[in-house]
Parts: sequence; structure tokens; C-alpha cells
Amino acid sequence: MMASSYNAKEEDANHPGAANHAGVGVVKSKKPDNTAFKQQRLPAWQPILTAGTVLPAFFVIGLIFIPIGIGLYVTSNNIKEFEIDYTGANIDNPCYNCAKNFSWNSTAQCVCAVTFTLEQPFESNVFMYYGLSNFYQNHRRYVKSRDDSQLNGDRSALTNPSKECEPYRRSEGSPIAPCGAIANSLFNDTLQLYHIDSNGTLNEIPLVKKGIAWWTDKHVKFRNPGGNNNLTVAFQGTSKPVNWKKPVFELDPEDPENNGFINEDFIVWMRTAALPTFRKLYRIIQKKPSTTPTLPSGKYVLNVTYNYPVLSFDGRKRMILSTISWMGGKNPFLGIAYITVGSICFFLGVVLLIIHHKYDNRNNSADIPN
Amino acid sequence: MLRRTLNRWLGRDERRVDSRSICVGHRSSSNNEAFIPPKFCDNRIVSSKYTVWNFLPKNLFEQFRRIANFYFLIIFLVQVIVDTPTSPVTSGLPLFFVITVTAIKQGYEDWLRHKADNEVNKYPVTVLEQGRRVRKESEKIKVGDVLEVDEDETFPCDLILLQSSRDDDTCFVTTASLDGESNHKTHYTVPDTEKDLESLNATIECEQPQPDLYKFVGRMHIYKADQEPAVRSLGPENLLLKGSTLKNTQTICGVAIYTGMETKMALNYQGKSQKRSAVEKSINAFLLVYLCILVSKALVCTTLKYVWQNKPGQDEPWYNEKTQREKDTNLYLKMFTDFLSFMVLFNFIIPVSMYVTVEMQKFLGSFFITWDKDFFDPEIKEGALVNTSDLNEELGQVEYVFTDKTGTLTQNNMEFIECCIDGFQYKYQDAGTDLDGFCVTDGPANKVQHKAGREKEELFLRALCLCHTVQVKESPEQGQGQRDGLMDQVDGLGVDGKGLHPPPQEQRGFIASSPDEVALVKGAMRYGFTFLGFESKTMKILTRDNDVERYELLHVLNFDPVRRRMSVIVRSKSGDTLLFCKGADSSIFPRVRQEEVERIRMNVERNATEGYRTLCVAYKYLNAEEYAQADAGLREARLALQDREEKLMAVYNQVETGMSLIGATAVEDRLQEEAAETMEALQGAGMKVWVLTGDKMETAKSTCYACRLFQRNTELLELTVRTLEDGGRRREERLHELLVEYHKKAVQDAPPVKAGVTRAWSSANHDYGFIIDGATLSMVLNSSSESNSSRYKNLFLQICQNCTSVLCCRMAPLQKAQIVKMVKNSKGSPITLSIGDGANDVSMILEAHVGIGIKGKEGRQAVRNSDYAIPKLKHLKKLLLAHGHLYYVRIAHLVQYFFYKNLCFILPQFLYQFFCGYSQQPLYDAAYLTMYNICFTSMPILAYSLLEQHICMEVLLDNATLYRGIAKNGMLRWGPFFYWTLLGVFHGLLFFFGVRYLFGNPALQDNGQVFGNWSYGTIVFTVLVFTVTLKLALDTRHWTWINHFVIWGSLAFYVFFSFFWGGIIWPFLKQQRLYFVFANMLSSVSAWLVIILLILLSLLPEILLVVFRKPRGPHAGQLSQEGLLQTARLHLSHHLPIST
Repeated sequence: MMASSYNAKEEDANHPGAANHAGVGVVKSKKPDNTAFKQQRLPAWQPILTAGTVLPAFFVIGLIFIPIGIGLYVTSNNIKEFEIDYTGANIDNPCYNCAKNFSWNSTAQCVCAVTFTLEQPFESNVFMYYGLSNFYQNHRRYVKSRDDSQLNGDRSALTNPSKECEPYRRSEGSPIAPCGAIANSLFNDTLQLYHIDSNGTLNEIPLVKKGIAWWTDKHVKFRNPGGNNNLTVAFQGTSKPVNWKKPVFELDPEDPENNGFINEDFIVWMRTAALPTFRKLYRIIQKKPSTTPTLPSGKYVLNVTYNYPVLSFDGRKRMILSTISWMGGKNPFLGIAYITVGSICFFLGVVLLIIHHKYDNRNNSADIPN
Repeated sequence: MLRRTLNRWLGRDERRVDSRSICVGHRSSSNNEAFIPPKFCDNRIVSSKYTVWNFLPKNLFEQFRRIANFYFLIIFLVQVIVDTPTSPVTSGLPLFFVITVTAIKQGYEDWLRHKADNEVNKYPVTVLEQGRRVRKESEKIKVGDVLEVDEDETFPCDLILLQSSRDDDTCFVTTASLDGESNHKTHYTVPDTEKDLESLNATIECEQPQPDLYKFVGRMHIYKADQEPAVRSLGPENLLLKGSTLKNTQTICGVAIYTGMETKMALNYQGKSQKRSAVEKSINAFLLVYLCILVSKALVCTTLKYVWQNKPGQDEPWYNEKTQREKDTNLYLKMFTDFLSFMVLFNFIIPVSMYVTVEMQKFLGSFFITWDKDFFDPEIKEGALVNTSDLNEELGQVEYVFTDKTGTLTQNNMEFIECCIDGFQYKYQDAGTDLDGFCVTDGPANKVQHKAGREKEELFLRALCLCHTVQVKESPEQGQGQRDGLMDQVDGLGVDGKGLHPPPQEQRGFIASSPDEVALVKGAMRYGFTFLGFESKTMKILTRDNDVERYELLHVLNFDPVRRRMSVIVRSKSGDTLLFCKGADSSIFPRVRQEEVERIRMNVERNATEGYRTLCVAYKYLNAEEYAQADAGLREARLALQDREEKLMAVYNQVETGMSLIGATAVEDRLQEEAAETMEALQGAGMKVWVLTGDKMETAKSTCYACRLFQRNTELLELTVRTLEDGGRRREERLHELLVEYHKKAVQDAPPVKAGVTRAWSSANHDYGFIIDGATLSMVLNSSSESNSSRYKNLFLQICQNCTSVLCCRMAPLQKAQIVKMVKNSKGSPITLSIGDGANDVSMILEAHVGIGIKGKEGRQAVRNSDYAIPKLKHLKKLLLAHGHLYYVRIAHLVQYFFYKNLCFILPQFLYQFFCGYSQQPLYDAAYLTMYNICFTSMPILAYSLLEQHICMEVLLDNATLYRGIAKNGMLRWGPFFYWTLLGVFHGLLFFFGVRYLFGNPALQDNGQVFGNWSYGTIVFTVLVFTVTLKLALDTRHWTWINHFVIWGSLAFYVFFSFFWGGIIWPFLKQQRLYFVFANMLSSVSAWLVIILLILLSLLPEILLVVFRKPRGPHAGQLSQEGLLQTARLHLSHHLPIST
């Protein structure tokens, strides 16, 4: 298509009028400018990758990566993580009955208690996650089924949610708030953790529900319509998502800073997971001021209010307790990868050095007759 | 194209008559009452394609006719109609951008054309209507109008010259804007027309418009009140072409015969056929592969989707119900739309932006050729010219070079060297410098010995002075004087041109269409015979005795390449009618008395072997009867409407017989500067050089030796008329025999060297040169029997391909094109390049893949029809070895890189489908999808493809062998393509799975918070952008500040953009997917670590390859360069034979 411009130029030049015009000025301007750019002689750096320059790089990479990898691996190994499946898919699981008898309509809450033992004490802050498997939060229909302007407190979106929310847009004639499949399927199991101390009493472990969502999500992206006061009024004329047991303004009635759209559990859920097996931060167990570990080793009971059915799509539910390091949760992958890459680099460096050395000798001797 | 053919087709139906009749001044003749004036088109020139109204639809239609654009349009429409994962904006925006930019560009060009059209169409002209002079706009001219044109004006349409203000009924014209020939051409009025145009009652019958500028036949019937209508013939000499300019003549009157789009000029500019480069073919092949990948990806995903959905609970779990509409949709329709959705999701694998970038690269890149000051020739004050930018990279792929000899290999700057009169050799001793000495009749400087007798000598010199079509250039003052004189004539004072004194010798300049003629006239001048110029139909010459002799020019029997001679018939003062003829020896010798031939033939052949151009001169006396016969024959032939050429030829042949040979001339045509070096470099670069010339064999051969195309040890295989006649047998048999023999010698016995990249030319123990002439070639190509023909052709081709150089002499222009075509279509379809400077090279320039015109002395037709034009032959070396090589490497890398970067862009997206239930969930945000090709990765590759010099120019020029490294489309064959694809796949897999394993635990922040799917995509995308850009950085061998700026700038822009895009709640977005995703990602140490790891790991094989490549020795062309670069830099002075 660019070529046509040349043709055009040519045609133009062939018109007598145009030719005459061009004729005068051209002679002078036809001498090309002697600029470095036009003559393709811009000063240039011409790096050549040779064994000589690459070899040290390989060693350096090896020497840097291996320690990092070891560091990562050790860190990851030091992270304590405990995971327990409470889906109730098997008959021996305490939640089997809850799972089996689940019904959307029942008002009665089914509670099951899962006991487990921590072999090692968990120091510092412990993070409590819930994990779901085979739950496609990244399904396209699901991912797009939300209305961010509604969640941002936009009043018109509150009463008239986006079409993307279908089929969770309206229920019984009134708009759903929050609309969409993501909000509708909010994870609503309640988890409580008790420590069974030596004399058999259950001590409830305090779970902090703040600080589990991204700061920006909590403070900017998610806004209640008309501020955080009097949410009941603000959400008037909307209906709760069909699968919810209570409306959005009752998510956390005690704390107005954690209610409505800015409820952190809700915000965490709204950040759709990348893979069908995922975990989401549920609660934080703060480090105790004393020297005693946050979670001493011993027996624990997990009290589950079983509201969330997953067996229908062959899903699994887990509760995860984990400490966190500077690199995040437990994940040996990075450490192993770094060690591997570092070692490969180092090994290649050695191989290259040998080859380079041999070749260089040959090359030099070959050069002499030249 | 289609439209044009259609037009022509319809047009032919409309007017099948092969001639048109025009009433001069619209006065229909009295004896032809039933005459209905036919309808002709008006004089509007329309070179513009669009009008304001049809611009949008027509331009859009034109643009969407391109397959690529159409494909993107379809994708866009699918996105609009079907519920697809990416918003229509992602593909609509780039498409809109491309379409808009192109439309604006084309609109602007069309506006320029409109402007130029208007300038021409609204140009005021003077029309004579019923005796009044009316000013009109040029576009209102109708066929049959009588126009008046003043000096230095251009003719508004094709005119038949009726009246001139010059007293000799001629006018001078330059056709500089038509064919670039700036000499003044003489045109003649129609003989015997009345001076009073108002009372002229005439009709013109002429052929239908045809594009040949130099052909025209017509007839004029002049009706006079009471006489029989007179008939006058019209030829090109009566026709004034639109676009040419009136010179040295005050006014002329003419009648319009072809107007508007039917003028010869307009017919000549209906575009050339588009040439497509080999790279483009490769791109299309690669596109097909990627299209297959795309379709198969979509098919796999669709199939798997339905397999997966069949498992219970997967298709519609309670948390993710379908909408009512989805439930209602027919299953098969749903499958189809799913397939389309996947296509849309993966369509980025075929990037819109590649087309834009390739076009930009070609367009901008071609400027470097025009800008190159090495191509600037101070003599003609011009640099190189690029007529098409589509073929830049083809310059790096040339395998066969077809070159013209005269003007291309040689300077076409003729110098009279010697002559031979009556068998005696006269060599002009160049003792003196200027010509003054030779005006003296018998001064000592005059070295003309009267060997051959004064009479013969003078006859010979007179012949040289008379037998030509040279004009004397009038110096400005003189022109002024003449103009005054003409004014006087108009005023009726009747002052003759006699009053004008001949200009001083020093100022005498000659203008002729061929430089040989000037050389001859100047040569004669040295010996004391000066041509003073024309005076009406009289030629004046100044003899040695300072007498002015006058000869009446009766007829000019023009030169043409078939006859290869020209003649004039003049009448001397004494009343003798003489015919002087000059021409090639082969065409003169048979036409003269044989006893004279032998003495001169020896000289001619000796001169020819010395590399001179020889012409023989002959004359004959015509007695009155003979002349009358010839005169009648010529006139009759000139009047003929049909087959005029043939008839003229017959008369010419009849007249030019029985002449006596006087002598021969030798003119030296010097070699172009550095012709030999250039040819050597081209051969060193693995190109085969064929010389195609119209010249005779001996001359051409000597030029070949001089250019080092033939070496001393080259064994010449001759296949010419002479060798064919040797055996005394039938030519056909002999031809067959020779072909077989040569074939055996050159092809079968030759050591089996592998053709291609690594062929070692210098080591071949036998060099063959092949010589063939036109007549034999036509025997080879048009052999009597069909089977023989193809067999001969094959043999011929094989012989030629095994010879280092081939010389084809005595070629007609069409034969040149035939040869090019034959080689072009031979096995392996090699890339051909034709280079020439004259009109006779146009056909081969158009035929070859790349046509190069030399801005020489033989007019501008070659330049106009070429793809590239350069001032000198020596520039070809840099054009091919440096520019061509670099352009090829650049664009090949550009293409491969583009496919690669989009493959590793889309592959993670494809892999993600396996983890998101085949739901067409995009991995990247829409902004990233859109911007990836437009902003983040486009500029570095564009900069690379404009500035890269993987080997610096000097080295490329010094080592012609480097050119072979990229021969046969070396960087775009399936091997490299496979490598790049593999690399793309490797990178894509690495990016996706690297991050996949990281997300085994999505709690990546030190506060225990988790990342979601958009963080996943952003990490992959960040790795992708960095890897792809750094991969290019690794390939960049030539880092100018622009490269630095663009590469680091792109990365910085990506980071900046990501912050910006995620930093604001965008009101126009439905979903704030990326809100603070990027910032959060950067706050995670693990994300940093994985990004660094993956980038490094992806580039590791690249780095390794670079290092390992060198010691292993080059095996692929692309690979060898790094190694060579190094060694070449180390030993700049050495010639580098490629090992292996």
C-alpha cells in the first residue's frame, strides 16, 4: 500500500504543470544530506557475544542463582503449612452428613467439627485460608459476571446492574446487589478454630478478619453506595443474591467498616482465582505478644458451619493454616527452579570454558599461517 | 486490474472501427453530408481514483480486497456479532488504525492527484473558433478543435501540427516530461495546408489511440472549393504529444486529435504490473502455516470443551449458570460460535501490525537508498531513485544479473577514434587539444594524409556530415537572435536566416538522439568538415576550404534497430542526387559492391576486437529516374494507413542497394567507471552476469573481456550464426550438434559442484563463457518442431547456468525480455535483475524481478520503468551488496520475529484454556491484548529493521562472498522458520508453566494475600514483553542511540503504562480488572523472582546458540554471519573464503 505513494509521485511528476514546479527546486535538494543518520553511519555500539564475554556471565548467574535458590528453598521449607479437607465426600469425614444432606432451602445450619493435630507449633502470624478445588472461578462466563461500577458504589448501577450479570441480574423484579455469578456464589462457610488444651477445654482462637483483602480494593475499588452509614437504606429496593442467606448489608453488622460491598470476605472472593484449584485468605491469627507460639502444637477443632455445597461439581473444600515469609506462602517451586537454573548455568559455564579453551588453541594455531 | 480489463473490453465493443475521422475545426466537409461527428472523450485528465463522494466506499472496498484486511474485518465482525471473549475493540482498534492511516495516505495522494489534474485541466488554452481566438480551460478541448500554443507552453492534448510561425514549417519540441530526452525534436506541419486556417476544410483519418509514443499513422484529406480532395500522410513527425513543450518556435496551430485519457501520455501511465518479492511469498506461506495453527488450536479447544462439558456438573455448576439465551441456543450453533470465539481469542497470532510494520519498513527503508550520498553523481546532480519500495529486500537475493552493454557497462560517451577510408587507416593523433587547429585547411596539426586521395576523403567526410539527424544547439544569444528574426518574418519583413552568422566553433554543441552521431559529426569536424545546421530543408556544411556547401535534404531514411542503418538522400548544389548510408557492417556489406568490402572488413574487425563501435559508410549516386522512383515509393509508403512500417521497410531496402563503400569509422565507447570491479564483485557474490546487447559480437566480447566477465582462461562456447555456418550443413543440425557438445562440456563433464550457497567459484577448474546471438537464440527458442524447442531450451539453459558469464549479442529488445523470462521461469525460479539505460532495455527491466535503470544518456525511459534508478553502474555494487543484503536481513528478521513474538504471545492464552474449562477466558487484559503489537513490541523491531547492520557496510562491500550467505531466501526458508517457531513455542510454554507452578500457591505476598487470574496474566505478560524485547536486543548487532532509546523506552513505557492503566478507576471500563494488579505484583518478591528467572531461562538457549555457533562453523547462512562478522573484523584486509 505504501508503494502506491511512489506511483502517485511518479504520475504527478508527469503532469506538465507539476513537472515544471518540481523542476526548479529539485536540483538543489537532490544532493543527499551528509548526515550520519541518512548515511546509516550513526555511531553504534556493536556488541559481539562470544564465549569470552558470555562465560563470566554464566558463572555469575550460576553463582547468584544458586544461593538465591537455596535461600528460597530453605525459606519455603521453614514455612509451616497445615491443610485439611473438610468436604465430607467420604463417610469417615465428620462433615459427611452436612455435605450429604445439603439443601439450598433448609434454614437450619449444619455444623460439623473436624479435629486435627498440629505436630509443630506455628510461630508468628498464622494465615488461615480456605481452599477450593475444581471450582472454575476463572470460567469466562463467571469472570465477567460482575458489575464493577455497582461495587464501586454507583447508584445507577445499583438499581440497574450491568447485563453481564445475567442470569444473576434481577430477582423477583428488583435488581440484585451485588449482582453476578461471582457475588452470588460467595463462599459462606463459617470456620472457627479451637485449641484443645491439655485438660480438654476448647479455647477459641481469635481470628482477625481485617487485612485479608488488597488495600486498594478495600479502600478504592469497592465502595458502598452513599457511604458506609445506614446501608439498609442505601440498599433499599435491591434484593440479595439468590444463593445468599442474608442481604449484603448484613454481611458484618457489627462493623460498619466491614459491611456491605467493603466486606473483606466479599472482596477477597470477588478477586477471581487464576486456576480451578485455589486458596483464598480467610482469617489471620495474630501473633501473641508473649513468647508462646501463635498456634502451639497439639489438638485443634475446626468448627465448620457447612453452607457451601461443592460435591455437585465434584469440588473439594480445604482449610489451610500457614505461616508466611517474605516470599509469600509455601512454594518450593521457586527455590528448586533457581537452584536448577543456577546449576545449569554453572555447568554450562564449565563446559563452555573447556570448549572455548580447546577451540581457542585450535583457532590460534590455524591463524598462524594466515 | 479487473476493472481495467473490463473497461478495455467494453471499450473495444464500443468502437471497433480501427480508425477515427476528425473534422478540422468542426467544419464538416461539403461532400460528406451524412457524416455524423463521432463522440470522443473530453480533454479531462483523470489520474485521481476517488471523488469526495465515492472516496469512503471505494477506498474501503479497495482496502478490504486485501486478504489480510478482509480477514481482520471478519474477525472484527465475529467479535461484534458473537459473544466473544475479547471485546471488538481489541481487534477493531488496530484494524481501524490501519485502515484510517491507509485511507488518509491514499486520500492525500489522491488529493495531490486532483490538484495536479486540476492544474492541467484548468490550464487556459487558446482555441480558434470561427476566426476568433477564445480562451478556454484545457478540459473543454474537444477533438477537432484548432488550438494555438505559444513557445514554452506544453501541449494540452495530442495535436496535428497545421501551422508554425517558423518559416520552414517546422517546430521544435522537447519531450523531457514524456521520456526525459531533453533534445529538441523537429516536427513538421502537414505539407500544403493553407496558411489561412479559417478556410481550411479538412478531415483527418487516424488510427485509434495507442500508447506507443513513437508510432502514429494518419491521413489528412484537404478539401478545396473546386479541386479534388488532396491527401497528405501524417506520421509521428506531424504529431505533437500532450506533455511535450514547444521550444524555439513562437506559436503553432494544431488540431486536437486525441484528448484527455486517450492521449498517448495518458495511455502510457496506466500503471505497471505490481512486482511481488520473494519475501512476500514467504510471508504468505508462513501465514498459511499460522492460519493452520490457529484453526487447529480453535478446533482442539472446541472439541475439548465439549468433551469436558460432558462430565457431570462441569457444564453448568450451580455457581455459574447459563443465561436463558445460552440455554436456548442450538447445540451445533453453539459449537460453531464457540469455534469462532476461539478463533477470535487466538487471532492475534496473525498480527495486523505485521503488515503495517512491513509496509513501514519498506517505505521508510527505501529512503536510505535515496539518501545515500554514494549514489550521488555530481555530473548529473542526482542520486538514486526508488520507484517502488516493495522490492528492497529482493536486492539482496539476486542470482542473475542481466546487463545492457551500451550506456550500462560502457559510458555511452562516444569518442571518434579513427576511420578508414577506402582501406586506408586514418588515426587522429590527439596531439592538440582543441578543435581550432582543424579549421585550418592544411596546417601542420592536420594529420590527414592524403592516402586515399582527396576526393575519396572529402566524400567520406561529407557523408559523415550529412548522414545523420543531429541538430546544432543554439546558444542563448543566438536563439534570441533567431527569435527576433522570426518576429521579423511574422511581421512580413521577410528577413531571411541568412543574416545569421555561423556561431563560433567553440560554442557549437550538437544534440542527437544517439551519441554515436554526435561523435561522428565531431569527428568530421576534426578533419575540417563542420556541420553548420539546417536551414529550412537545407543542410549547410563548412568544408576544409572554408566554403559553405548547401545540400537539400530530400529524404531521411530513419535508423531503426532492425535495419541497423540509416540513410539520407540529398541534392547538392550542382544538382546531383546522392544517397549516403551508414550502418552496422553486417547490414552494409551485403548492400555494397563486394570488391570493396574486403579491404575495409579487415579494419572493421580489428576495430571491433579492440572494443570500438564500428560503422560503415556507403554512398550512391541516384540518377533522376532512380530518384523519382525512390521518391514516389517513399511518399506512397508514408501515406499508407495500414502496414506503413512494412511498406517503408520494403522501400528502404529497395533504395539502399548497390551502394559503394567509402569507409568505416571507429568510435570508442569507454567503460563505465569501475565497471570491471563491479562485475567482479557481483560474480564474487555468486551472481551470474549476462550481458544482453544489441551490439555486435566482437565489440561485445571485447567489452566483456574489459569488464573481466571473461577472463583469459575462460573457455568460450560460441553459438552464433558464424559457428552455425561453419560446418556447411543445415543450421538446424549444426545447432543441435553444438548444443549437445557444449552441454557435454559444460554440464556433464563439469565437476559436480553443489549449486547454492557454498559454491566455490574461484576453485572451479574451468570457467566457461557462453556467447549466443539473436538469430541463433530465436532458432533455439522458436525451433520448428515443438519437441525440439523445449529440448533446445533446456540444453541452452543448462549450459548457461554452468557458465560464469553469458553474452547475448545482437539482441532485439523483445529477445532480451525473452531471455530474462526464460531464466526467471527456470528451475528454482531464481531472482533476476535487469539493468539498463535505454529504451531498448525497458522490456527486460519490466520483465525481471528487479529492474534497475541507469540515468544515462539514452533518455529516461529505462529510469521511468525501473524499480530503482542509479546514476552509474558502479553504484550497483553498493545497492546489491550493502543495501540489498541489509534490507534482506532486516526484513527477514522482521518477519520471523513477528511470527515468533505473536506465537509466544498467544500460546499461553491457548494453554490457559486447559485450566479455565475451555471457556475462552483471555489470559491477558484487553488493553494488553490490544497494545502488545501496537505499542509494547512494535517500535524496537521497526527500529531494528531500519537500522540494523549485522555486518557493517564496508565489510559487506569488501567481501562479496558474504552475499552468498543469504542467497536463495536463506533466512526465510522452512529451516529458520521452524527454528523461530520452536523458539516461540518454547518461550510460550516456559512463560505459562513457569507462572503456573508459581501459582500452585497463589499467596505470593508477604501479608498472606492472594493473587487472582489477572495477576497471573500480568506476570506472564510482563515476562513476555521483556523476553521478546530482550531477544531482539540480543539479535541487535548495531546499537545506535535510536535502538537504545526504542528498546529501553518500550520497556519503560510498558511499566509506565501498566502503572497508569492500573492506577485509575477508568469510568469507561465495564470492569476494573487491572486495578492495582501491576503494582501489587511488583510488591511481591516471588513475582519479581519468577519474572527474572523466566526471562533469563528463555534467553539462555539464545545466548548458548550464539556461543556454540561460532566454533562449530557456519552451517546455515543466518548462523554464519556472526562468525564471519568476527573474523571479518579481525582480518579486514583478507578475502575470506567461506569454509565448508
